[in-house]
Amino acid sequence: MQKLLETLLIGVSTGSIYALMSLALVLVWRSTRVVNFAQAGQAMLSTYIGFEIASRSEIFWLGLACAITAGALLGAGVDFFFMRVLFKHAVSGPAVVVAPVIATLGLLGLIRSIVGLIWGGEFKSIEAPASKDGFTIGQTTIPFSALNLLIITTVSLILITLAIIFQRTNLGLSLRASAYAPEIAQLAGIKTGRTRTIGWAIAGGVGGVAGMLVTSYNFLSPYSLDLLLVFGFIAAVIGGLESMVGSVIGALTLGIGLTFILNYVGTSLVFIGGFAVLVVVLLLKPDGIMARGKVRRA
Amino acid sequence: MSGLQVRALSVSHGAIQALRGVSFSVEVGELAAVIGSNGAGKTTLLRALSGLNRPSSGSAQWNECEMLGERPDALVRRGISHVSEGKSVIPELSVKENLVLGGIWRSNKGDTNAAIAEVVELFPILGQRMSQSADTLSGGERQMLAIGRALVSRPKLLLLDEPSLGLAPLIIEQIFATIDQLRRKLGLTVVLVEQNAMSALEIADTGIIINLGEVVAFGKASELIDDPALRAAYLGY
Repeated sequence: MQKLLETLLIGVSTGSIYALMSLALVLVWRSTRVVNFAQAGQAMLSTYIGFEIASRSEIFWLGLACAITAGALLGAGVDFFFMRVLFKHAVSGPAVVVAPVIATLGLLGLIRSIVGLIWGGEFKSIEAPASKDGFTIGQTTIPFSALNLLIITTVSLILITLAIIFQRTNLGLSLRASAYAPEIAQLAGIKTGRTRTIGWAIAGGVGGVAGMLVTSYNFLSPYSLDLLLVFGFIAAVIGGLESMVGSVIGALTLGIGLTFILNYVGTSLVFIGGFAVLVVVLLLKPDGIMARGKVRRA
Repeated sequence: MSGLQVRALSVSHGAIQALRGVSFSVEVGELAAVIGSNGAGKTTLLRALSGLNRPSSGSAQWNECEMLGERPDALVRRGISHVSEGKSVIPELSVKENLVLGGIWRSNKGDTNAAIAEVVELFPILGQRMSQSADTLSGGERQMLAIGRALVSRPKLLLLDEPSLGLAPLIIEQIFATIDQLRRKLGLTVVLVEQNAMSALEIADTGIIINLGEVVAFGKASELIDDPALRAAYLGY
């Protein structure tokens, strides 16, 4: 019983970080119809910047704030300087589908090389903002730590903020309308190009947070966020790729599922386990867990 | 010359010329019905006027200011609102959100709320459905919502693309009656694109008949209705 509860708690903590990455991917997919593989690179570069600030100032939260800012600027930059140009040239045919994917993969490689040139390939670590030692209840120490709790809290705050922005503000309404029906949004007077760039910026900032949180209990290298991208993408697909709520539920499902595999089956099966969860969900609900008829939901 | 002046407007889709030198004018406060069969270029005309597609040549002026070359979001700010074909509402959003969308370009939320209140007065049924998602509405209600959303921007020139599309005959009658009422009440200038020739011409001041991308007749709606040759060739009754 205790092991079950521990597994669940760790699963939520892991899943909440996946949720951020998955959300970043869904935000971009909804508005631009691009699976942004460069998101891992954007998050990594943002995390390196956050790492630099955090280790110099010895304040984790200052590093996090810088990572969010850097992520947002990078996200906006990728849309403005890459995607807009790309879509101007690729108007129809298979190029529209393939070109953005190749472009984001290329961008991922480019960012990786830049990071390698500046910071080198060795592992870096960030001083965690809270203890990694498990809580002690009575006589027993559980693996769930103050850092896990802090991660869950941070992610929850970010999700609540995003929910308020998307559901309660005009900016959120513009973002949703532009994603669902760009033409109607345009006719309603929304500057859809600018709105899309703002969506990329939000996604970039959220990705930066994901990178910083993963790195707080792990290490940082030019490849350390690749797994986060893979699991974030799986979570997004489980959630149906369109739905922000779905992406969060998908990420939590995945996080809990993987932690169960880790604790009850074995470490070596975790990576395969991610795909196993994806296959099971897609077999049962091919349009993702949030699919309800033809209508997409926020 | 105030009002809408369209001169020698041509639009191409790749190699196909969808509109060839279309010219007509609509005076302020008038309702012009654009009639023609499927593929005649009616929708292309409205999309060119609202900035959704780029004409190859010609001009279109609204109260002596050029419209062509402007983006839709800029034209909305100049009082030109386009309700696109097929009940243009966003089904994922609530009725209220669809209406708010109509005034989202304003910095002043108070203006938008006042405009929404006026729209609800015109279409009371929308008031009862404010928090429902727009996909729960019937076809007629959706069309009202689409027109309502455009009205929230308080347009001077309203471009309506086939508001009768896919609606039952009784509902179509209601929609046309509503359009006629509200344009008189609000002093709107309206360009109404329709396949439903008779119903549209009945509420229109002027009629523009388009065939294969060219204007084949332009005049008073009442005269077009009575012209036997036109009736036989284009109006189909």
